Amino acid sequence: MSRRILHADFNSFYASVACFLDPALRPHPVAVAGNPEARHGIILAKNELAKKFGVKTGEAIWQAKQKCPLLVTVKPDFASYQKFSTLGREIYGEYSDRVEAFGLDENWIDVSGSTETLEEARQLAETIRFRIHDELGITVSIGVADNKVFAKLGSDIKKPNAVTFISPENYKKVVWPLPAGELLYVGRATQAKLLKYGVLTIGDLANTPVSFLKSQFGKCGVMLHAFANGLDAAPVMRSIDQPPVKSVGNGITTPRDLVNDEDVYLTICMLAESVSARLREQGMRAKTAHLCVRDTGLYSFVRQTKLDHPTNITSEISRACMQLFRENYAWQTPIRSLTVSTSDLIGAENPEQLSLFDDQAPRRRAEAAEEAVDDIRRRFGYRAIGRALFLKDRAIGLMAPKDDHTIHPVGYLQNGTMDSVIGGRPQ
Amino acid sequence: MKVYVAVELTIDEAGVMHPQRIVWEDGRKFEITSISDVRRAASLKAGGSGIRYTCHVGHKDTYLYYEDPKWFVDA
Repeated sequence: MSRRILHADFNSFYASVACFLDPALRPHPVAVAGNPEARHGIILAKNELAKKFGVKTGEAIWQAKQKCPLLVTVKPDFASYQKFSTLGREIYGEYSDRVEAFGLDENWIDVSGSTETLEEARQLAETIRFRIHDELGITVSIGVADNKVFAKLGSDIKKPNAVTFISPENYKKVVWPLPAGELLYVGRATQAKLLKYGVLTIGDLANTPVSFLKSQFGKCGVMLHAFANGLDAAPVMRSIDQPPVKSVGNGITTPRDLVNDEDVYLTICMLAESVSARLREQGMRAKTAHLCVRDTGLYSFVRQTKLDHPTNITSEISRACMQLFRENYAWQTPIRSLTVSTSDLIGAENPEQLSLFDDQAPRRRAEAAEEAVDDIRRRFGYRAIGRALFLKDRAIGLMAPKDDHTIHPVGYLQNGTMDSVIGGRPQ
Repeated sequence: MKVYVAVELTIDEAGVMHPQRIVWEDGRKFEITSISDVRRAASLKAGGSGIRYTCHVGHKDTYLYYEDPKWFVDA
């Protein structure tokens, strides 16, 4: 049976929210950018006016200002983005129980249950588009199709505040003339390789023999061919079906370069504290710790180690990471950024094999102390309580990565294997 | 412009809020004689979104927004 899927994408999400909340910004070219003093000075999002000047997401603020000297940059406000994202999902949730988030600003909505034809789904998309603008004050672009890939493509075709309709009758006219790079999973490298074989558009890709694509790109080639033909059978996940968390990590580019072990220890502790708090929030313990180090030459490496016990205690994670660091870094150059993450997660309620020789009491006490800190922070804010160590370098120690930076990019294939995505076009 | 205001309200047995009076910055109170519509809406003028109460005050309708936990009007 054919499906009806919408892909709703908030237009320049961060910038739209910023401009909505502050009417004074609206007549100006606006970009949301990280703090240049903390060396996070890249453009995260820009409004339509800034787009006209050629300001691009991901470039440095100074580059953007060269193109657009009057560009107004504002700081990101993740709490508001979360709020708008949740409100948007609540509206989608009124029409379907199958709403799958793809980042903060994009969602797939499977409306096969609430509509009977694609045309009806298109009308529903118009209703949703109107409601988002009316109730949230920002705009959304929606793609309507019978599969997720075309729906996503559709939401990119007409912006802002528009609905694009892709049906089995018109997809050859609408989708195929687009450059191959527009398709999900055709990145710069793949696009360059395709170009070599004269594959310019999605239509070219769709008409290239599968066997040839397979010989060039392996399994991925088969997937791309299916995508180009709209043969994507991947289901829209229910929010309760979302896969369990596999790893928890936090990374940071520090406000100044780290030059000695003490700096690194401070940063690792700060990150480990946030990671362990998030583990406790999820009711998890981790068995492996990872440390990623990036130096000022932008060279980076990752090392990992097994932890003695499954843990969500800050000091155990930070000790393991610090040991990894000492074993693997000889201070050839200063360090620009660090990431602490944990994996091999198990539920905290799982029984634990105890050893006859270790005393577990101090660990229980450490856990209880951290839970007490979580509770204080929940009630009075992150900075209400903290380690004395963090006061040594306030710029680094007083960052709150858990509150400020828990938004992650997501992969389309995260929910399963490639095979689950490829299917036949329903007749 | 977004103006946060104090609101005097009653809460009924079901926990539903009924705004009674809007208290202006200078202390003047405006009696809400009736409320004709309650729904989620955005105010582009004020730059905020929340539950919008369409209130009849004096001789005209005015919008009062509940932006949990604060209240504002777009003046």
